[in-house]
Amino acid sequence: MNVSSTGPDLKPILHARGLSKAYGHVVAIDNADFDLYPGEVLAVIGDNGAGKSTMIKALCGAVQIDEGQIWLEGQLVSFRSPLDARRAGIETVYQNLALAPAMSIADNMFLGREERFSGLTGSLFRCLDRRKMTQFARDKLTELGLITVQQMDQAVENLSGGQRQGIAIARATAFGGKVVIMDEPTAALGVKESRRVLNLIQQVKERGLSIVLISHNMPHVFEVADRIHIHRLGRRSAVVDPKKCSMSDAVAIMTGAKSMSND
Amino acid sequence: MNNSDTKPREEEQGLTGASEQVATFETADTNAWMRFRIFLQTHPTSVPFIVLLIGILFFSYAAGSKFFAPFNLSLVLQQVTIIGVLATAQTLVILTAGIDLSVGAIMILSAVVMGRVAVVWGFPPELSLMLGLLVGSSCGFLNGVFVALLRLPPFIVTLGTWSMFNAMVLYVSRSETIRSQDVEAIAPLLQFMGSRYVLGAGAVVTLGTLFMLLLAALVWYLLNRTAFGRHIYATGGEPESAMLTGINTTKTLIAVYTLAGLICAFAGWVSIGRIGAVSPLAGQTANLDAITAVVIGGTSLFGGRGSIIGTLIGAIIVGVFRNGLALSGLEVLWQEFTVGALIIVAVGLDQWFRRSTR
Repeated sequence: MNVSSTGPDLKPILHARGLSKAYGHVVAIDNADFDLYPGEVLAVIGDNGAGKSTMIKALCGAVQIDEGQIWLEGQLVSFRSPLDARRAGIETVYQNLALAPAMSIADNMFLGREERFSGLTGSLFRCLDRRKMTQFARDKLTELGLITVQQMDQAVENLSGGQRQGIAIARATAFGGKVVIMDEPTAALGVKESRRVLNLIQQVKERGLSIVLISHNMPHVFEVADRIHIHRLGRRSAVVDPKKCSMSDAVAIMTGAKSMSND
Repeated sequence: MNNSDTKPREEEQGLTGASEQVATFETADTNAWMRFRIFLQTHPTSVPFIVLLIGILFFSYAAGSKFFAPFNLSLVLQQVTIIGVLATAQTLVILTAGIDLSVGAIMILSAVVMGRVAVVWGFPPELSLMLGLLVGSSCGFLNGVFVALLRLPPFIVTLGTWSMFNAMVLYVSRSETIRSQDVEAIAPLLQFMGSRYVLGAGAVVTLGTLFMLLLAALVWYLLNRTAFGRHIYATGGEPESAMLTGINTTKTLIAVYTLAGLICAFAGWVSIGRIGAVSPLAGQTANLDAITAVVIGGTSLFGGRGSIIGTLIGAIIVGVFRNGLALSGLEVLWQEFTVGALIIVAVGLDQWFRRSTR
């Protein structure tokens, strides 16, 4: 197997060995391995049914694996829910974005991790510190160049697809996570909005986060990825360097038309 | 933005010169009609509020000083107290995209338990009150377990429990009404919510009405200033998203139905204060009136959007229209007609909002 680019001395921030998961008779992932290095964008590609989404769900806690181990920063971890994974520092931008459409931008940013006032107001009266949350949300969105002024109480449903994707990405990067998993972030977007989201991915990378990008869009993958993990028949078939590998080669490996062993 | 290393690809050449801002948040259209729509969407309670103002102005004109008098307006508030309290419970449930058809039955069951335990069985009124509140909460908890754990449709669950709770009402009360004099003599605490205060100029306010306002304030705080409240909105609006962001939607739902049950039990206490007697038949119509108030108040039956202030205004709208139409000398059937029309208009507006925000 040809694991390219990133130096061998670097330790993976997130890696997994021998992941297996079956749904009844259907084997979704079969002894799959995974490595994500600090500060890189790792694209995961694979044909439909190759098991990439099951593997990703295992990494973000949405699916419980039958066998195998996952390490985060060298520590063996086991996630029983996405919340577990999030607490450990793995944030996920789901394909459906997991936003509540009728709620405001600030509310959505803090959904499931609301901040209360300190002192009695917070502990006894459970009062949320809305000003602090709004300010924090605004700061984080401004950092990513996502927002200019006020309007933090605008409902998310009034935003465009790209804007919503931006909110979801900002949420995944705002709370000190180490790894961000993005599931098809450009699938629902037009050309212009896709471009903006790809720039956003670069920005997030520049801030030192490690990114797993799941995408079917080969041009997007080849543009932003540092390495490409190709999934086939339930396991990692190859990891290629987008600078040294052509798109058609990657597709060939993905579909089994070409094997990596003699490369 | 640092993307000098990413050359625009062929299909993106057309983007050269386009804004590099990832997302801007300007208001799209600025003509007056759009701005009005946006105002209504961002201030959903303004709709029922406008309807209420129109109603008050109209009946002040149509029924004259009979309607717009301190005594009559305070009477409207007294008349909507039970509906208002029940509607508060119903709002919580409808915000989770559910519905509780059993709120009226829980109210009556709790009231009957309070009356029976104190007056007939002779236990201390304080104890009977606690027991009634406990029974109401348990009924709500049962609804919550069926809805959240067994994942049954709320409409079916509460239709079933409505029937069951009604049967329990007959079982506990033996179909007997406890007379007002007996309640007053043995357990005056149960009529406490009926305490009246004359404000002057003929206006009379009952403790029940004050309780309704206090309850609305508490629920407002719960919904808008606590994480639990935010989770209610998220669970109702987009359950999948709520779950993915780590919200325990099962717990949230059970808590909401239980809290609704408790509020219904308080409505039972309020109803004893208003009626005086404890009757297994009183307040049967409050059930639908409460749903009407919630819907008129702008809370969406699809969950995730709505407010307690809207519900309160909705309840008062129902009261104003019923009272005003009666004072205008129209037959009762026109009250029913108008309330029905109001529901359809309210649901129509809700649908329109949802469409135009796409």
